[in-house]
Amino acid sequence: MKNILTIVKKQIRDTVKNKPVLIQFLMFPLMTLIFENAIKADMPELFFVKMFSSMFVGMAPLVATASIISEEKEKNTLRVLMMAGVRPFEYLTGVSVYIWVLCMAGSAVMASALPSGDIPFFMAMMGTGCIISIFIGACIGIFAKNQMVTTSLMMPVMMVLSFSPMLAMFNDKIEKAARFVFTQQIRVAVDGMSFESAGRFGVCVLAANAALALVLFFAAFKKKGLE
Amino acid sequence: MIRCRGIEKSFSDKKVLSGIDLDINDGQIFGLLGPSGAGKTTLIKIITGQLSYDGGSALIMDKEAGDLTREDNRRIGIMMDNFGVYDRFSCTDNLKVFADIYGTPYAKIAESLELVGLKSAAKKSASDLSKGMRARLQLARVFMHSPEILFLDEPTSGLDPRSSKAIHRLIRDKKKEGCTIFLTTHNMEEAYELCDTVALLNEGRIVDIGAPDELCRKYDSKKTIRVHLNTGEDIELPCGEESGKKIDELIAAGKAETIHSSEPDLETVFLELTGKKLEEE
Repeated sequence: MKNILTIVKKQIRDTVKNKPVLIQFLMFPLMTLIFENAIKADMPELFFVKMFSSMFVGMAPLVATASIISEEKEKNTLRVLMMAGVRPFEYLTGVSVYIWVLCMAGSAVMASALPSGDIPFFMAMMGTGCIISIFIGACIGIFAKNQMVTTSLMMPVMMVLSFSPMLAMFNDKIEKAARFVFTQQIRVAVDGMSFESAGRFGVCVLAANAALALVLFFAAFKKKGLE
Repeated sequence: MIRCRGIEKSFSDKKVLSGIDLDINDGQIFGLLGPSGAGKTTLIKIITGQLSYDGGSALIMDKEAGDLTREDNRRIGIMMDNFGVYDRFSCTDNLKVFADIYGTPYAKIAESLELVGLKSAAKKSASDLSKGMRARLQLARVFMHSPEILFLDEPTSGLDPRSSKAIHRLIRDKKKEGCTIFLTTHNMEEAYELCDTVALLNEGRIVDIGAPDELCRKYDSKKTIRVHLNTGEDIELPCGEESGKKIDELIAAGKAETIHSSEPDLETVFLELTGKKLEEE
């Protein structure tokens, strides 16, 4: 437990200094606030909260997790931590907890535009989505040798996860494919602010995506470890 | 403190270590000398439990290297050539991470930084440090939790002479405190100056082991004494009674300017044993 807290503490110290990761946490919450307040006319209710929330889930936790792990691998600071007695699961838990908490803080900022009754459901959906996204980011971070490979692997995954819900709104063919992606189901659920709006299929997609992310994470960890 | 018997290690089909035997006693500075690719870092990784081995045994603090626990690791300090520091953190914040892990009070951070001469750079970002300062920051990290055994992989590699000397002083100080030090280097002067025992490693095998001056004497095949005269002439005399008398005469006549024995340095010993130079040109 002490080592997990140490990793969280280390990440908190790095938050303001690590600009590329900080931007991930700030970008969508700030854009949501600005757009929701600046553009009111001819827009569906809470359009930007609903659109940006699924983009946030598909982008921020994934990019932050993959970037942090791959940077530590590339710079060999991860090995120093391991040699100092930090175990891989402690490191991964510390990083994941830190990212999840920051993402929830970002989600809370986005939720400030919602009616108070919708906030618990919104936060629950964002929390679930962020966990799945963190696992996928960890897979990439573990699998990639360095930051360059991480970027190459991360970009297409991030594009699919974060942009498919938005594109699905404008194109039926994309919607048919995107419905199997958890971020699209989060957008649908957040759209109606209930599980009913996502339907049984949506819940199954969320569960299947979560299971797949977990399996991929353990497979990557078993194959590559944290070295 | 460290005992290796018949260590074997291969990567795919390539044998990188073969039949490594060595004993390192408490409070000793042990130097592993060899050119790049000889297997020095691999051996450190094996002894510190970072890498498994194919055969033999590696005991450290009376335990197999692979069985070291987290508590055992706290008794060891490792500075590897490629170990990084947190670039965006200040020197102090870098050490805070490890103080938290080791449960070391933060007061030790300033002490460690002062010890390695980085007190004035405590708030400086690690990315702004020179190579020598980064090496000293790594040493501060290693020293902070007062380990009993230090593994230093090429600690002065690529550093200027002043930084190297500062690090040598720190290593000697740690020895005085009773620390056992395992050092790899391809710098024979460093090995000669610092080490109680050196092992010469070539292509994964230890070709000889002993005290640096013993090794140099052992491979002194010429066994001559060279006298430089004030006339500018050099004369070489075989070791023996006759030469002693001759040198006495030269000194008495005020003709001898310098006198040197002919034993080789470690570089020459290594070259003689392996046909290779320690430092690549």
